[in-house]
Amino acid sequence: MALIRDLAAQAAEMALVVGAAPLVTGFLRKCKARLTRRRGASVLQPYRDLLRLLRKDVVLAENASWLFRAAPYLVFAATWVAAALVPTFGGGLLFSWSADLIAIVAMLGSARFFLALAGMDVGTAFGGIGASREMMIGSLAEPAMLMIIFSLALLAGSTQLSVIAAFMQSPAVGLRVTLGLALAALLIVAIAESGRIPVDNPATHLELTMVHEAMVLEYSGRHLALLELASWVKLLLYLSLIACVFVPWGVAPPGSGWLAHLLGAGLYAGKIALACALLAVFEMTIAKMRVFRVPNFLGAALMLGFLGAMLLFVSRII
Amino acid sequence: MMVMSLLAGIGLLLALSVLALFVGARPAGTPLVYAIGLVLSLFLLAVSGSALLRAGPAQTLVLPLGLPWIGTHLRLDALAAFFLVVINLGGAGACLYGIGYGRHAAEPLRVLPLVPAFLAGMNLVPLADDAFTFLVAWEFMSLASWALVVAEHRGAGHVEAGYIYLAMAVLGTFALLLAFGLLAGPAGDYAFASMRAAHAAPPVAAVVLGLVLFGAGAKAGLVPMHVWLPRAHPVAPSHVSALMSGVMTKVAIYAVIRIVFDLLGPPAWWWGLVVMGFGGASALMGILYALFETDLKRVLAYSTIENVGFVFAGLGLALAFRADGMAAAAALALTAALLHVLNHAVLKSLQFFGAGAVLGASGLRDMDRMGGLIHRMKVTSVAMLAGAIGLSALPPFNAFVSEWLTFQAILLSPALPQWGLKLLVPAVGALLALAAALAATCFVRLYGIVFLGRPRSDAAAAAHETDPFSATAMVIFAGLALLLGIVPGPALGALRPAVASVLGTLQPAALRLPWLSIAPLAASRGTYNGLLVFLFIAGSAALVAVAIRLVAPGRTRRGPAWDCGFPDPSPSLQYSAGGFAEPIRRVFGPVLFRSRTSVHMPPPGETRPARLVVRSHDVVWEVLYAPVAGLVAAASSRLNVMQFLTIRRYLSLVFALLVILLLVLALWR
Repeated sequence: MALIRDLAAQAAEMALVVGAAPLVTGFLRKCKARLTRRRGASVLQPYRDLLRLLRKDVVLAENASWLFRAAPYLVFAATWVAAALVPTFGGGLLFSWSADLIAIVAMLGSARFFLALAGMDVGTAFGGIGASREMMIGSLAEPAMLMIIFSLALLAGSTQLSVIAAFMQSPAVGLRVTLGLALAALLIVAIAESGRIPVDNPATHLELTMVHEAMVLEYSGRHLALLELASWVKLLLYLSLIACVFVPWGVAPPGSGWLAHLLGAGLYAGKIALACALLAVFEMTIAKMRVFRVPNFLGAALMLGFLGAMLLFVSRII
Repeated sequence: MMVMSLLAGIGLLLALSVLALFVGARPAGTPLVYAIGLVLSLFLLAVSGSALLRAGPAQTLVLPLGLPWIGTHLRLDALAAFFLVVINLGGAGACLYGIGYGRHAAEPLRVLPLVPAFLAGMNLVPLADDAFTFLVAWEFMSLASWALVVAEHRGAGHVEAGYIYLAMAVLGTFALLLAFGLLAGPAGDYAFASMRAAHAAPPVAAVVLGLVLFGAGAKAGLVPMHVWLPRAHPVAPSHVSALMSGVMTKVAIYAVIRIVFDLLGPPAWWWGLVVMGFGGASALMGILYALFETDLKRVLAYSTIENVGFVFAGLGLALAFRADGMAAAAALALTAALLHVLNHAVLKSLQFFGAGAVLGASGLRDMDRMGGLIHRMKVTSVAMLAGAIGLSALPPFNAFVSEWLTFQAILLSPALPQWGLKLLVPAVGALLALAAALAATCFVRLYGIVFLGRPRSDAAAAAHETDPFSATAMVIFAGLALLLGIVPGPALGALRPAVASVLGTLQPAALRLPWLSIAPLAASRGTYNGLLVFLFIAGSAALVAVAIRLVAPGRTRRGPAWDCGFPDPSPSLQYSAGGFAEPIRRVFGPVLFRSRTSVHMPPPGETRPARLVVRSHDVVWEVLYAPVAGLVAAASSRLNVMQFLTIRRYLSLVFALLVILLLVLALWR
């Protein structure tokens, strides 16, 4: 019985991250539209976009290889699995022990690897520009993320996300400088990794500023639908990660009943909505930065994360 | 018994190299020699593998050869058995690959007899149990590989590479010789057993550590002793490059483990600091060099430096843990390092095989002239993709597992009491994290420029698939890389006796949990299950593919590339290897490579093209090596006068020398 419930929770989690990701993006766009005094499209518009893309034919470039056709599936699958391992409303994910936080980040790295390769496959200048910039951003954001993981793992005594989340809910946490530094670093990494302003602009098609859009420029139809959905899932993943580590209240502990899960789901929806609103306000108040200033931005995250981890190393006297 | 069979195998390899002298010139000679080499390597692999799995006490053998008052001591313990497995796995792969690839050799007699000799030398090093045998085997290995480096001596820079390699190899062996001399002490007992029993005094041990890090570290490619490696490894024939990068660097790592962990006695805490520092610096510098290089094989050679850095970081951690009595953590760090040795041997061999296939198919090593090979080299491109994911340390491939274990070991280190370690370990952790992420960039660049896009030259457009033997070797190694990634448990289990033989009897280092999961020390500290991750990703990709086929049966058409409406007809408008790394160069170049970018823009109205010039410096070479090289050159040209003296002057020189020596002797007494 317990196994069935855990399986159901895990399946619900997998369905939730895919099902809710377009809604989150739609809500975020709606917030931004309202902030610029536009009415904006319906929050359901991303679903309609997906359906429209799925109905369309795929036009492949003449020299696209098998890698170009396989990449959308691999990118989406890796992002999806990574997102399904981040606790949203319930703590006890059945398969959480199959990958810890380092492995989750590395799975996103695998997704990025294939996306960048797909960008270079057709052999256009834009694909190369996107791949090159994405890898530059990734190679600075990933170590910053790893430093954040170091900080959290040293506090919680584990790299397992479920253990970290449970630890952050416990009274043992307290206010710590390291947590503040890690939160600041994680916010920067999340913005960079999910391709938001000021690092990348998901709404742009202005050639010289594209990063993610440049890589997927040659994609169409169902392939493009998958890649769009993958990028939305990645955004939701980072929002969930911040929520479950730094705002863990309400997450149903493992083995709790339906009511706790329901409450957790309601609180989770509230947290994500609040995060979207804050992100929209942030994006409204800041301009996109030049690509070559991004390293400074991410370098700050790396330094903050490093400082946080270093504080823990130094402060532990045995 | 097992030592005897290993010796027999090594003897047969030496006999094979003699045989190769006679049959090498014939067309059938090349496949014959490599086929016999393959059988012998597999035999040695089987013997050493069974010795590793048997996990009994060490076996020794003393032969009445060599120097009369020492003899030849041989010893096979679990550590030696593990490294023999790595050596012969790489050797078997290289021989299988060579059956097909060997026909590219312009002068087979310059390659064929040396490959089995090289293999024999590498096999003998881990077996040696006294300093004399060790150094003879070491030098045999060095000289055989040097001869292979200059086998294709007509290429540009090949002779120079061989010269630098020879100089570094000689200096390295000299350092090891001194280290053994210090270890043997005034009594001069060169058997490892007596060195193990006698612990060197702390200052002596520190000097020995420095000498070993220089001597063996140079062979392994530690920064800043690495300068020969990216010059020498790429110019050898590709299967020999695979052996040098994938296997010979591991023999050097073996030497470090054997001497520092085994012979040198209990470590001081700061040893770990030094080793880790070299490791972290090598990891970051190696991958940055690789990112800015455009020669395919040199990129791979530089990536070897990065991975050796990872191994040394693990070794340094193990030393630090051991010095502070944290036995389980030391075992974890050493396990991570040894697993990375195995993983990197597989991956780097695979990558050099692939580079050789590209070189054989198109004659190209310059990445900026390649492109689009995925359409014409189907097997090679799949195998190289596996290797690229592996070397980027991404799941579900193998190098991720060992790097994951390294990071887990770093997470245990706040318990170390010394302040130096507390400050340095997180810094090394950050360097390793940066190196791992940059490795992904490096291999996206490598794979994207070489295999994807459109061909940048006619040679690339006319490339063809490689021969079946080479392809088989690549597919086997790619499969091995995936297998070691999704089921790392058996490899970890096989490592246990090797780790125990180095650190003494110990509890299991990396726990193996049910369902093929792995975890450091305790399951609550974090778990990873490669098989499940692989199945999840493959399963959800398949699920999505099926679902999409059901809901979206849209057709697939081919059309010209979109490219924002301006498709460029010329392939040269694609990103180049240098262009791809430009954002990274802007971040790290100004500081680490003193790179300066200048743009020469013609004034409006002028029609000459704008020029962008990037100048960067290999700081290590210019600061540490160029002055020495200049000094040697100046001294030798000055001393050249001595060659043309009259007999009178020669005689007076000899007389003066005699007088000086006698004076020295008189003052000494």
